[in-house]
Amino acid sequence: MAGLLIFGYGNPSRGDDALGPLFLEALQERLASSPRADVEFLQDFQLQIEHALDLAGRERVLFVDAHLDCPPPFRFERLVPLRDGSYTTHAVSPQALLEVYRRLNRGEPPPSYLLSIRGERFGLGDALSREAESNLQSALRFAEALISETTGTGWDSRPSGPDQKYGFSLA
Amino acid sequence: MYDHLETADHPENLKRVVIDPVTRVEGHGKVTLLLDDDNHVRQARLHIVEFRGFERFIQGRPYWELPVLVQRLCGICPVSHHLAAAKAIDQVVGVDRLTPAAEKLRRLMHFGQFLQSHALHFFHLATPDLLFGFDSPAGRRNIFEVLKEYPDVGLEGVRMRKYGQEVIRLISGKRIHGSAAIPGGMNKALTVEERDFLLQDIDTVLGWCRNALALIRRIYLANREHHERFGLIRSNFMGLIRDDGAFEIYHGGLRAKDASGRTIFDKLDYRGYTGILREEVRSWSYMKFPYLEALGKDNGWYRVGPLARINNCDFMPTPLAEAARQDFLAQGAGGPVHGSLAYHWARMIETLHCAESIRDLLHDPELLGTDLVVHGERRPEGVGVIEAPRGTLFHHYQVDENDLVTRANLIVSTTHNNQAMNESIRQVAAEYLDGQTITEGLLNHIEVAIRAYDPCLSCATHALGKMPLVVELMDAGGGMLDRLQKRADGTVSR
Repeated sequence: MAGLLIFGYGNPSRGDDALGPLFLEALQERLASSPRADVEFLQDFQLQIEHALDLAGRERVLFVDAHLDCPPPFRFERLVPLRDGSYTTHAVSPQALLEVYRRLNRGEPPPSYLLSIRGERFGLGDALSREAESNLQSALRFAEALISETTGTGWDSRPSGPDQKYGFSLA
Repeated sequence: MYDHLETADHPENLKRVVIDPVTRVEGHGKVTLLLDDDNHVRQARLHIVEFRGFERFIQGRPYWELPVLVQRLCGICPVSHHLAAAKAIDQVVGVDRLTPAAEKLRRLMHFGQFLQSHALHFFHLATPDLLFGFDSPAGRRNIFEVLKEYPDVGLEGVRMRKYGQEVIRLISGKRIHGSAAIPGGMNKALTVEERDFLLQDIDTVLGWCRNALALIRRIYLANREHHERFGLIRSNFMGLIRDDGAFEIYHGGLRAKDASGRTIFDKLDYRGYTGILREEVRSWSYMKFPYLEALGKDNGWYRVGPLARINNCDFMPTPLAEAARQDFLAQGAGGPVHGSLAYHWARMIETLHCAESIRDLLHDPELLGTDLVVHGERRPEGVGVIEAPRGTLFHHYQVDENDLVTRANLIVSTTHNNQAMNESIRQVAAEYLDGQTITEGLLNHIEVAIRAYDPCLSCATHALGKMPLVVELMDAGGGMLDRLQKRADGTVSR
């Protein structure tokens, strides 16, 4: 089992909701020339409770999703387990998934991070917006540098986006 | 029934309560209640506020893309759309009958989808209400509390879902976006190793399904009168049926029964559905209101999904599920069971049947066959119908000489239940909210009635940053009388 799980999620046919899956595909292409056995990629439409089982045994987890109102181009943050309302749909938030993990395993989840990429439009059949495409490229450059660190020690002190702020911001 | 609560006289003089969005359902729906000065309910409506545009999404695409493409309509039930589209495309390529191996692989995939979808609804969305009470504190009604107070129940639900997903993954080769079904058959055979992998756990899964069924039965009967009356409406029922009257979710004819259990039509070829169904448009909802043409729009609305399927069939073709069906129907005193909350019980009977059917298929040597594709003469049109977890799903395509789709018509399961869901919330509003001071717990009663149908109100867009739940009570002049807000952490404040 690979130590680092990169989990991109979203609906590829709903405009900028495709950012998570597109990020995953592009990153896999970029890493194809020097494959990393310690990295595993996972894609789905949305997070579900059973995905907590995919987190077991990992050293770190990176979630990647489109976001409606984070500052562009992206936001990177450390996640903590959270009992949120999960009020919208069947889908759960990544923080809630960590809380599900905690309750299922009676232990702490692996260190987990969220890369939110700013999206603009989410209609069925919409193409990726120009803004989202630009944000995606910025997020990919950021992520490449992030996962090139073999120790992973820099994940909690990385600049998040172009504003050079450190640490994580509250959603 | 409660149709007098669909449209109030002089709505401008009434107070408006809005539930937006409806929680723990898939997609975005909104409920509006209009109350008079004494808090008597005068109007109740479930609105679907997102235009889905499925048909526009499909038109102009090459027909062979559709089974993969339509999976993106819904992240919860992609396999249902995949299989319904595949059946329609089989018609387009002139194939009326698949090879035994191909049909059994599709059925196995479908059973896996049912198992995971029903498990998600029951354990994640429904049990918080059923185990803790409809008006228990909002912060308690969630999966976390289920996992905390009923860890075995919660864990079994998660593992049931995982098993269903594994069935889908092994057949399609991928967790999502699989190309399992192709025009005229299936893309790949199941290997002995894959079959054996699934066989390892199926008896355990069966045990979990029996536990889930026992749980919902116990919950339902523990407060039988309340559960029978809650959201109680009498309706017609429609769904697929096998030639011999058996419960059927992959392929069969259409059967409809009226509220007393009399057959309206039986074993109809679904390709003629346009001669049976009509869809009414109403100005206040993006979702249409289907009805059986023979009965007219006032009396012809019907229900689909687990409750309809269990009421409609003559028997379940697996022994444990059949015993459970007979036990369930005993609640109906010789006729159909009508309570909206009975959907949960029916759903778990179906889940048990799916587990039994998966076990039987895994022991069937034809499942491992490698003759997977049939060819035929191209036709200009195809209709595919299956029973999706939420009910009957229609995919209808017309294709031109360039192989491009010129017309698409989809009737998704939740659309069939549109009028029924509206009737159910009106019954609950009249029974529980009428004349009362509105509280979050009372409003949750409305949502409980909707959740029983496991609706998919729009399909599978999901991104971070959605709004929290806000309920506002306005006076006739638009002034705010009361306001409840549910935050992302589940807390509620005035």
